[in-house]
Amino acid sequence: MSLRWTSIAACAAMLIGLALPAFADDQIYVPLFSYRTGPFAGSGIPIADGMHDYLTMLNERDGGIGGVRLALEECETGYDTKKGIECYEAVKGKKPVIVNPWSTGITLALIPKAAVDKIPILSMAYGLSAAALGDTFPWIFNPPDTYWDGLSVIVKQIAAREGGFDKLKGKTIGYIYLDAPYGKEPIPLLQQLAKNYGFNVKLYPVAAAEMQNQSSQWLNVRRDRPNYMIMWGWGAMQPTAVKEAVKTGYMMANFYSIWWIGEGEVQGAGPGAKGLKNLNWHNNGTGYQAFADIKKYVLDKGLSKGSPSEFGLELYDRGVYNSVLIAEAIHVAQKLTKAKVVTGADVRRGMENLDLSSTRWKEIGLDGFANSLALSCADHNGHGNLFVQEWDGTKWVKASGDVGPMNDVVDPLLAAAAKEYVDKNTGWPKRTEACDHTS
Amino acid sequence: MLYREVGQYHTNYRADMRIFPILQDRIGILVILAIAFLGVPLIGGSFFLDVVATPFLIYALAAIGLNLLTGYTGLLSLGTGGFMGIGAYTCYKLTTWFPGVDIVVWILAGGLAAAAVGALFGLPSLRIKGFYLLVATLAAQFFLQWAFERIPWLYNNNISGTIEVPTRTLFGLPITGATATPVTRYEVALCIVVALTWLASNLVHGRIGRSWMAVRDMDIAAELIGIKLLPTKLLSFAISSYLCGVAGAMLVFLWYGSAEPTVFSIDLSFTILFMVIIGGLGSLLGAFLGAALIHVLPIVLRGVPPALGLNIASSTVEHLNLMIVGALIILFLVAEPFGLARLWQTGKQKLRVWPFPY
Amino acid sequence: MHLLYLILVDPFVQMGTAPDLLAQTLWEGLVSGVLYALIALGFVLIYKASGVFNFAQGIMVVFSALTLVGLYAAGVPALLALALTAAVMFVLAVGIERLVLRPLVNRPDIILFMATFGLTYLLIGIGELIFGGDTKQMIAKQLYLPSGAIDLPMLGGVVRLQKLDIAAAIIASVLVAALTVVFQYTRIGRAFRAVADSHRAALSVGISLNQIWIIVWFAAGIVALATGIMWGARSEVSFALEVVALKALPVLILGGFTSIPGAIVGGLIIGLSEKLFELYWGPLMGGGTESWFAYVIALIVLLFRPHGLFGEVIIERI
Repeated sequence: MSLRWTSIAACAAMLIGLALPAFADDQIYVPLFSYRTGPFAGSGIPIADGMHDYLTMLNERDGGIGGVRLALEECETGYDTKKGIECYEAVKGKKPVIVNPWSTGITLALIPKAAVDKIPILSMAYGLSAAALGDTFPWIFNPPDTYWDGLSVIVKQIAAREGGFDKLKGKTIGYIYLDAPYGKEPIPLLQQLAKNYGFNVKLYPVAAAEMQNQSSQWLNVRRDRPNYMIMWGWGAMQPTAVKEAVKTGYMMANFYSIWWIGEGEVQGAGPGAKGLKNLNWHNNGTGYQAFADIKKYVLDKGLSKGSPSEFGLELYDRGVYNSVLIAEAIHVAQKLTKAKVVTGADVRRGMENLDLSSTRWKEIGLDGFANSLALSCADHNGHGNLFVQEWDGTKWVKASGDVGPMNDVVDPLLAAAAKEYVDKNTGWPKRTEACDHTS
Repeated sequence: MLYREVGQYHTNYRADMRIFPILQDRIGILVILAIAFLGVPLIGGSFFLDVVATPFLIYALAAIGLNLLTGYTGLLSLGTGGFMGIGAYTCYKLTTWFPGVDIVVWILAGGLAAAAVGALFGLPSLRIKGFYLLVATLAAQFFLQWAFERIPWLYNNNISGTIEVPTRTLFGLPITGATATPVTRYEVALCIVVALTWLASNLVHGRIGRSWMAVRDMDIAAELIGIKLLPTKLLSFAISSYLCGVAGAMLVFLWYGSAEPTVFSIDLSFTILFMVIIGGLGSLLGAFLGAALIHVLPIVLRGVPPALGLNIASSTVEHLNLMIVGALIILFLVAEPFGLARLWQTGKQKLRVWPFPY
Repeated sequence: MHLLYLILVDPFVQMGTAPDLLAQTLWEGLVSGVLYALIALGFVLIYKASGVFNFAQGIMVVFSALTLVGLYAAGVPALLALALTAAVMFVLAVGIERLVLRPLVNRPDIILFMATFGLTYLLIGIGELIFGGDTKQMIAKQLYLPSGAIDLPMLGGVVRLQKLDIAAAIIASVLVAALTVVFQYTRIGRAFRAVADSHRAALSVGISLNQIWIIVWFAAGIVALATGIMWGARSEVSFALEVVALKALPVLILGGFTSIPGAIVGGLIIGLSEKLFELYWGPLMGGGTESWFAYVIALIVLLFRPHGLFGEVIIERI
């Protein structure tokens, strides 16, 4: 009998769930996909809080964007593609203006749906690199850099330290990566660069199930003695790798990571991790007007979901950057359409006309927070300058000037990848979306 | 009263042995099919179809597959995720080579490769039993997942390492890819699942099914009465993997739209095993009930707090969700260890004698 | 021909030319093996006493480590936190016995196995709700675990032994020795062995099954706590650690579900062989072989000994 009651209750809940009132028409609905659960939650929590707090601050301080409140709703994906798709289907009906999947797997699953549902997708510096080409992927945006840009900057840096690209000849570069699409993406570029400049590449894959069990990879490192190490890690893989590197006695100054390693993931390795390098495109910390506002309007009012200790951490700031892009896209869309409540199609146009110049960064209270970024119809990425940060034992310290990616190598790869994507997906729609020219 | 077989006489063995010997059951199944084919697509929105209905069908098919192996033949397996992956990757390769051939053919053909691989990994079942076999099938799971990640040929050397579903049409109507409507994909999935369930049902009611059950109940005794263990067990592995493989191909082509190797991880194997056990071992109906409960329950639970107007953080909901599902699993096992299918049978018995207690 | 050379000759040449690396590999293999063995030990204890294939052992590792770190973060002194965590594990054992094992007594094995799955979900949910899903540092220093390394110059190179790993090996050995002594020489131990032999016979001579179950689950909880501390200190405390526990499964079938020495020998064999294979043969296959190699070893052993190396041989009768 209990089953009957359970099922009746379930059905009732279901009906209520389906009959949920849509968000009010005078609001802009921005769903935030986040993952505060699961094996990758360590990276996901500060990002989610950064995203949430910045937009909440806009609501509290300015009453939204252009006078329209943002209806924020978090959807928990657990970094799982299935739940991500469920989230997407759940928010789809509420007319979201933009979706940020925060997982390469979810992004790939959503790419074909974006054009059909007219919902732009912002995969900030992750996802499909080829999506940088707006002519092929009008609905997908991945600013400010692709993984290939990141890798090329690292190799450039290494070459600079060695004293020129010709000095790379005969050197060995080790590449330790999460054995998933994300970690495998840079390999073709790395191999091509190896051919161009005559260095050797050693690959050390780490399976997701073995993230916290890396001793054999580091034994391999010890045997091969690579001159430099590059890491494409995520979640618990990163602290484990740093700890193992310290244990093996690897030269930390020669150990580069892609931009996803946060402070919390290095701290555990102790003082030995000093010198570890990490890419970034924005500064860390809280020394900006907007952050003061977040503190005043969100944290002090108890509207944040996170703990104050993560305020200003690298990944928190990354979340803020992501939200700045969303807010700016909505802002530009409002300017373009002269409408207050914008739709997904408008925000797509807003994204394409995004122009975060240094004056604009100043206007939004983030003077000097990040490099300027301008997108266009053809370029959905920006391929902005990156810089290297170094771990000084307690925090990340900027350790290089701005370095641009090797566009001459990356661009053909992007074009080839986009062409391949279209070839494999027969019936991939040609771009029909008109292109705005605003000045 | 309502459900009474009095007066329904069977005058030959054929009528007595049919799957639904009672008239009410036959009417019931027709009503369910009518609702499934016509009612659901008419009433359900795209959220219901894409998130609830189609995945439910796919899970149910995989659960039937595993149930043939675990419930009917008594062989525990945790390789389901891997076998589903084989089906998906095979289908993907086939449709790349022969884009002209109808995709449904390739979805069904994808299962054949899974059947072959399943039979191969089923070989140890001749020597080892019980939990030892369970762990041994994990070898298949981990090895296959490693292969999906490490063999670029399988995903056509895609840079992203994933398989992406191209748009394929049937009679001019797109049934895979982003342009296919939820209704089309649902109907295609429903057709495949109904056909294969019918096939499975005939298998388990026939000679093959009986030999499987003999092996399950005691394999030494089965051997003594002349059932050859090797072909019986391997056939069970093959057919089970076939159904799982088809479910895997459907999962990618009719639901996800793209897949990375982690989709076919061990978690998927666990989920399917859950469905089989909660639904009821050795029952096809159980596979459907188990799939419904395990798949739909978290979705419903996630919808409860907003529906009640409670403002709980989505992550907290997820935590509570896990706890509730975990507790419910234990509760169900305590209350009805033979699964939902047994509950259904008890209910049916009650209906049969209603309004009298017995 | 070249391939054969790469498979059959080259790895050994490599071992010969860099013996210090080989020694290091063997050491790392041994350390991982000890940790695998510890997890497997938790499984074996419970399987022997209650016939439950306890899938929740992995999450118990995470849960105990989280509790320890969480208590410390809440201001409890480290050693007191350790004691309190042990107490929590005891409460957990009592709870499991009352709410899961007792109602499910005499059910088929697979049902009990599934119940431990439910337990896993429950513990993940509770753990994340209370302690949050973010990764945490193990309080190794506060628990007086050593850090740093000893460099042994030998074989024309250096073998680097982490003090933490040495401590892990010692603690594991002490735990195993203690458990052996308890189960061999004490009253409770004899009762445990009686229960493992036959539930019914044990009941009929007046042994309380429920009491034994609590004790055994508690012992498994302590083993999980030790594993959690060690593994947490080597990497960090996160829910991803749960997956590591799956590594104990091939160890189990290699050693046999019912044998404590089997768990230890199995752990060492798997730890050593997977490291050697990954280092010397892995590059031929693109690396990352560790996720499945242990299972292949276990499968090969199973084909010759269907109950593992040390498992009880079950004689089937009609």
